[in-house]
Amino acid sequence: MLPPLCFTADFRVYHMLSSKLKYDLSASTFSPDGRVFQVEYAMKAVENSSTAIGIRCKDGVVFGVEKLVLSKLYEQGSNKRIFNVDRHVGMAVAGLLADARSLSEVAREEASNFRSNYGHNIPLKHLSERVAMYVHAYTLYSAVRPFGCSFILGSYDQDDGPQLYMVDPSGISYGYWGCAIGKAKQAAKTEIEKLQMKDMTCRELVKEVAKIIYIVHDEVKDKAFELELSWVGEVTNGKHELVPKDVREEAEKYAKDSLEEEDDSDEENM
Amino acid sequence: MAACMSANRSENAFSANDLVPEWAQEEVSTGTTIMAVEFDGGVVIGADSRTTTGAYIANRVTDKLTPIHDHIFCCRSGSAADTQAVADAVTYQLGFHSIELDEPPLVQTAANLFKQMCYRYREELMAGIIVAGWDKRKGGQVYTVPMGGMIVRQPVSVGGSGSSYIYGFMDSNYKPGMTKEECLHFCTQALTLAMERDGSSGGVARLAAITEDGVERRVVLGNQLPKFSNV
Repeated sequence: MLPPLCFTADFRVYHMLSSKLKYDLSASTFSPDGRVFQVEYAMKAVENSSTAIGIRCKDGVVFGVEKLVLSKLYEQGSNKRIFNVDRHVGMAVAGLLADARSLSEVAREEASNFRSNYGHNIPLKHLSERVAMYVHAYTLYSAVRPFGCSFILGSYDQDDGPQLYMVDPSGISYGYWGCAIGKAKQAAKTEIEKLQMKDMTCRELVKEVAKIIYIVHDEVKDKAFELELSWVGEVTNGKHELVPKDVREEAEKYAKDSLEEEDDSDEENM
Repeated sequence: MAACMSANRSENAFSANDLVPEWAQEEVSTGTTIMAVEFDGGVVIGADSRTTTGAYIANRVTDKLTPIHDHIFCCRSGSAADTQAVADAVTYQLGFHSIELDEPPLVQTAANLFKQMCYRYREELMAGIIVAGWDKRKGGQVYTVPMGGMIVRQPVSVGGSGSSYIYGFMDSNYKPGMTKEECLHFCTQALTLAMERDGSSGGVARLAAITEDGVERRVVLGNQLPKFSNV
């Protein structure tokens, strides 16, 4: 039974039982229980998107993105979800891809201006704080909407080592050893927690990241997907780049084999 | 010997402008000899202490070694006003940057800030600066930012009008791998030689050693400077 409809003076229609609808029309309004609904709705947009994970290990950072392929007509490799922000910084996104592209430009400008002014690579903590500040600014006014994407930034530097930060639509940035965003983030986090990432190298981690993406991918609801893998670390001499073809194939093979093993072991238990 | 005796020279000669004497129209210049040396674990910096307005010594005990941050100093040569203004601006910018990063700033950052300003305003400024200090990443570093606004890192660098007279001494006496005390001795000797020959350099020799533990300053008074000539 649908709740009764109410018509307001300016012809907006809402369901009478949802009282929060008075407070969720603009980012410049708090609800009585202290929430900004527009920001929460933005985070829902991220949760509708497919999963992206980033893990930091002993000597680098690895990103993995489950890129759902909606049509067989798409060219392979289009609509990348991992961006290069600077030579030593990579960014993996989840949520509205257009919003994410705009933010990647913001991040690129920040990193570039920093180098121009101060003469060295931007520290990742500073970059993530600057971009987070930008994202936060869009949660303050009714004239604009918040960004509907979260992203994970990763870098590798001679002096700071590997770094991993995540920024969400509310404009906060968090530092991580491993994090996941998107629809299967809970399942992915559970898998990530099982890893001893501080003792692993990038080469070992790449395989594990591929495996986690394959595990959390829902074969029933979403059919085809492309696995986007990238890394930055000692193995790439500090340069962020997509994983080379042979490493990718090895990682995907490991992932597929591990899944089959788990299926087999399930059968044995029965 | 090129000694110049001008019997008719008057210190109160007026030029085209009637209101003030010529010497008061000259810009205040840190004539100067400045230098900086890297060693393992820090840097040693040194400068003379003479500021001139034309031929008049406006300040005979100037401190040309200016702190920019806890472990970063700059040695100033050229126009006193220009270098003070630029040093103040960079001190502000670097302090802000350090708070934002929540980390002590890099010497390279300070040097680049000087370079940005000196290059952008190169037509208006007369400033030759040596930036030296210690940071956790690369240890002791010396960057020279001469007039015009280029930047280069060097293990040892000299600057100012008096530097012309000590390039030979520097090239023949500098050895990589010197200790802090050897560097201090090297600087004292170099400054003395320059102050001896350059009219715009003189007074006392100011030195500072910057390491991870902080800054240690020394002054070598005029009568304590090493003697090179027996005359």
